Amino acid sequence: MTGTPPPAPAESGRPRERLDGPAKVAGRAPYAYEQPVEDPLFLFPVRSTIARGRVRWVDTEEAEAVPGVVAVLTHLNAPRLASRDDLELWVLQDDEVRHHGQFVGAVIAGTPEVARHAASLVKVEYQREWHDVVLRADHPERYRPDHVNPSFDTDTSHGDVDGALADAAATVDQTYRTPVQHHVPMEPHTTVVRWPGAADLGAVAMYDSNQGVSPIRKVLAPLLDLDPEQLWIHSPHVGGAFGSKASPKAHHVLTALAARLVPGRPVKCALTRQQMFGNAGHRTPTIQRVRLGADRRGRLTAIAHDVVEHTARFKEFAEQTAVATRTMYAAEHRRTTHRLVPLDVPAPVIMRAPGEAPGMFALESAMDELAVALGMDPVELRIRNEPDADPESGLPFSTRHLARCLREGATRFGWADRPPAGQGRRDGDWLVGVGMAASTYPLFPQQGSRARIRALPDGRRQVEIAASDLGTGTWTALTQIAADALAVPAEAVDLVIGDSALPATVGAGGSSGLSIWGTTVVAAARAFRDRHGDDPPAGAEVVGELPENTAVGRYALHAFGAQFAEVRVDAVTGEIRVPRMVGVFDVGRVINPRTARSQLMGGMTMGLSMALHEESVVDPRFGHVVNGDYAGYHIPTNADVGDIDVSWLDEPDPLYNPMGSKGIGEIGIVGTAAAVANAVWHATGVRVRDVPITPDRLLGRHR
Amino acid sequence: MIPFDYHRATDVEDAVRTATSRPDATYLAGGTNLVDHLRLGITSPSLLVDVSRLPFDDIDPLPDGGVRVGAGVRNSDLAAHPTIRRDYPMLAAALLAGASWQLRNLATTGGNLLQRTRCAYFQNPATPCNKREPGSGCSALAGWQRHHAILGASEHCVAVHPSDMAVPLAALDATVRLTGAHGDRGVPLTAFHRLPGDEPRRDTVLEHGELITAVDLPRLPPTTRSAYRKVRDRASYAFALVSVAAALTVTDGVVRDVRIALGGVAHKPWRATRAEETLRGADARPASFRAAAEAELAEAEPLPGSAFKTTMAREALVSVLTGLAEEGAR
Ligand SMILES: Cc1cc2nc3c(=O)[nH]c(=O)nc-3n(C[C@H](O)[C@H](O)[C@H](O)COP(=O)(O)OP(=O)(O)OC[C@H]3O[C@@H](n4cnc5c(N)ncnc54)[C@H](O)[C@@H]3O)c2cc1C
Ligand code: SF4
Repeated sequence: MTGTPPPAPAESGRPRERLDGPAKVAGRAPYAYEQPVEDPLFLFPVRSTIARGRVRWVDTEEAEAVPGVVAVLTHLNAPRLASRDDLELWVLQDDEVRHHGQFVGAVIAGTPEVARHAASLVKVEYQREWHDVVLRADHPERYRPDHVNPSFDTDTSHGDVDGALADAAATVDQTYRTPVQHHVPMEPHTTVVRWPGAADLGAVAMYDSNQGVSPIRKVLAPLLDLDPEQLWIHSPHVGGAFGSKASPKAHHVLTALAARLVPGRPVKCALTRQQMFGNAGHRTPTIQRVRLGADRRGRLTAIAHDVVEHTARFKEFAEQTAVATRTMYAAEHRRTTHRLVPLDVPAPVIMRAPGEAPGMFALESAMDELAVALGMDPVELRIRNEPDADPESGLPFSTRHLARCLREGATRFGWADRPPAGQGRRDGDWLVGVGMAASTYPLFPQQGSRARIRALPDGRRQVEIAASDLGTGTWTALTQIAADALAVPAEAVDLVIGDSALPATVGAGGSSGLSIWGTTVVAAARAFRDRHGDDPPAGAEVVGELPENTAVGRYALHAFGAQFAEVRVDAVTGEIRVPRMVGVFDVGRVINPRTARSQLMGGMTMGLSMALHEESVVDPRFGHVVNGDYAGYHIPTNADVGDIDVSWLDEPDPLYNPMGSKGIGEIGIVGTAAAVANAVWHATGVRVRDVPITPDRLLGRHR
Repeated sequence: MIPFDYHRATDVEDAVRTATSRPDATYLAGGTNLVDHLRLGITSPSLLVDVSRLPFDDIDPLPDGGVRVGAGVRNSDLAAHPTIRRDYPMLAAALLAGASWQLRNLATTGGNLLQRTRCAYFQNPATPCNKREPGSGCSALAGWQRHHAILGASEHCVAVHPSDMAVPLAALDATVRLTGAHGDRGVPLTAFHRLPGDEPRRDTVLEHGELITAVDLPRLPPTTRSAYRKVRDRASYAFALVSVAAALTVTDGVVRDVRIALGGVAHKPWRATRAEETLRGADARPASFRAAAEAELAEAEPLPGSAFKTTMAREALVSVLTGLAEEGAR
């Protein structure tokens, strides 16, 4: 190309179709398990059938005798790991059983069927110990963690909550519960590992389904006693993750250990759907007491949110359930607390708006109850309690347009036409009601991200960054950001992501992936254009780094939203339908309206799912998830999802990042569950404080 | 997966002969239930006799005005058949309420009747289950009971039969046609599935090697109205919490004939004979329907976790019958 590139049409804001769409639809986009590898072996794990104890002995003879079996791994013969820091990853290193379903062995064989069959022949005798998998608010082992995920204060306290509650004109004091939930992405957790053979000097190769090759490598390389360059991870396409693929899991380690035994042969592992309910992370159940006090005019005087949740006994994870409550509403007297109960369960982990999703179900249900107690419009109640600045830190908001979201949502939904509180409409056998809730999601600052930009001989630009696309649209939206930053058309950008050989960056998580990668790419593009101008010679190259976020510490950075739902409850059977929902969001500038709409709509569907469907039933006797497959663990089908009207305010956030965007991945979820539950109350008069709201909960109880 | 032999049957006789030759041989039809079980390690037959290509996939009129449905007819084909849609709407509705399009395209009439319980403990080889492993105990009795039986259960097993299709078939007085080593026989559908008793391993009265060849549907009087109502946790792709199949014939405001079966409540599709008796000759009014439903469910013995099903079944039954009576009066 000669001369300056043609002035690019502004890419940001264009509803570009997914660049990876055609390949995916045609089956040409390789997911981890489908990467073409030569002469693979297959791994199937052996899982513990007890929740706590020790492996007394293992008999592998019968399994080893099956034709096609290459090796059987147990803690007795597995290669050693270099670090015991994370017991979730301390795989086959000792005889201890820490949760039901823990890997206690594995079979490697020439076909997946042989591996699975032989795994069923491995005999394990256990020394059982007493176990406990039941969360109780008054559990004797309950404790206060040092911080909650990722690094928020465990507790906060301002003023005199009890005094303010005693003086309040109206109060709410209720306990809300959410169950254990699992991420259940469509693509299971899969990894393919090849340890270099004796003759080759290459790195360990890992084709993997994960949320970020850089953070995964950062943990796995030292654990496997490798230098970072000695571990190459490739993950261009991921079929959903929702937090469950953000950090390395035991199957990564197990497969790597197996691969080490058979150098030169790739070892493939795909967890079964059932195994994903024991070895791929989950969301802690929560027990949340929320107390609100307000004056007669609906001004909140006190907010208290006290959370009890579980963690694995062997690895602490403290979900930040009450953290959103610190930001939502003004009130002089306030406190939030988190307590953990260590149980003999697999390690909980981040999942779909960790903290916000369960926490805001409780807070926003309580706000609805307060509106009822005050005889007030719940939309108005929220607007009346808009803070001028972040209520706890005192920092000004970068932008906060919650009140506009609430008002526009109310208009789009037709909120003004609703029947009075507590008197839903009746339509034949259907009890019809409406409900709403507000939502928020923090904009996480992150550190450590780089991108490389190179001019290609044909005048195009290659943009390299180890970012990931979980099915969310990164390939497309990040290309658009790069095009704008480089002032070239999107067609002239070759984005390369999902590979650990690329400049390292953060994983997809906390709805901040596109922000961080985009900021990094913009910084790299600026440096590139400064150095090489807009007509660079082929091969011109620049590596740019994520600049420090100067808004952090000076501003409160959050996205906001408002969700409205119409609910129909069958008066005969208690069956629940949600024919329509409306969501209006304050998410800054939207880079790609098409993928953004999908994200927000998908988020609201997940919130609906939390309200009506998702629950992992844990059997206290065995310690396993009883309903651990897609037939038992319900998520909405198409027939359960009605009309979802998603929109956003056109309000760029000038402070969080140079694109003016905020995160959009998770905020759709937050608030939706409460909006649905509040609508169920409006329709039926039944206040359900623990999700999921299944038909039996409403059967015969409605007014 | 344990190695097994596979034989594609050429005709009914070949199928029966081959299956009878080995005590642990199993028929394979659409495979939507059996293949899952092979993978999960719930069953491990040494021989699969594939009957999915046998020519018993026709739907034919019977001389007495009824219909013969071949055992190999796919669920989606049966649901779409004009005769079934016209004369047995509750059967078409039940089929369409089951599983998903993809599964119904594979699932057969015979396989649907013989699908096994979805009890989560039955489906997990790591938990005790008398049905899977006689004598090992029933994990559901003190476990997760939400999907379990309220009628006809035993201390050995509280599982329910999951089929939607079988519920209207029970109400219709269908007959299951069987061919075995010792010849052919017909078994009324209501006697085909068993209650668990002290032998929960056995779902049906089928002998080893016996093949379902067809299901015969008797003719219904043209004035009969029928409906199927399935209550479930989500709008599609979920097994019934409870379901109701009912056919009602009313003349001059009086119930002349009624057939009712309930699904999701017992180890077999539950023919509600008490309710039927109560209703025959009664006024076709909601009060009669309620009395009938209460009579049927008076014997319910739910577990704490399945107690809601008694109310749910009663209300659904009253609602279905009331709807049919109103429809007829219109
Ligand atoms: C995710 C999921 C959801 C489902 N949801 C529903 C639902 O909502 N409602 C519902 O009713 N069903 C549901 N099903 C079950 C489905 O209807 C059954 O799996 C199907 O009907 C079985 O038929 P098949 O031909 O595939 O049987 P197969 O799996 O081939 O066989 C099942 C059993 O029948 C035996 N068999 C098959 N044919 C014959 C014959 N002719 N003679 C003797 N024995 C025979 C086999 O030996 C085997 O034991 C669901 C299944 C799945 C996987
Ligand atoms: S209810 Fe029946 S199928 Fe379920 S665990 Fe008990 S014995 Fe097994």
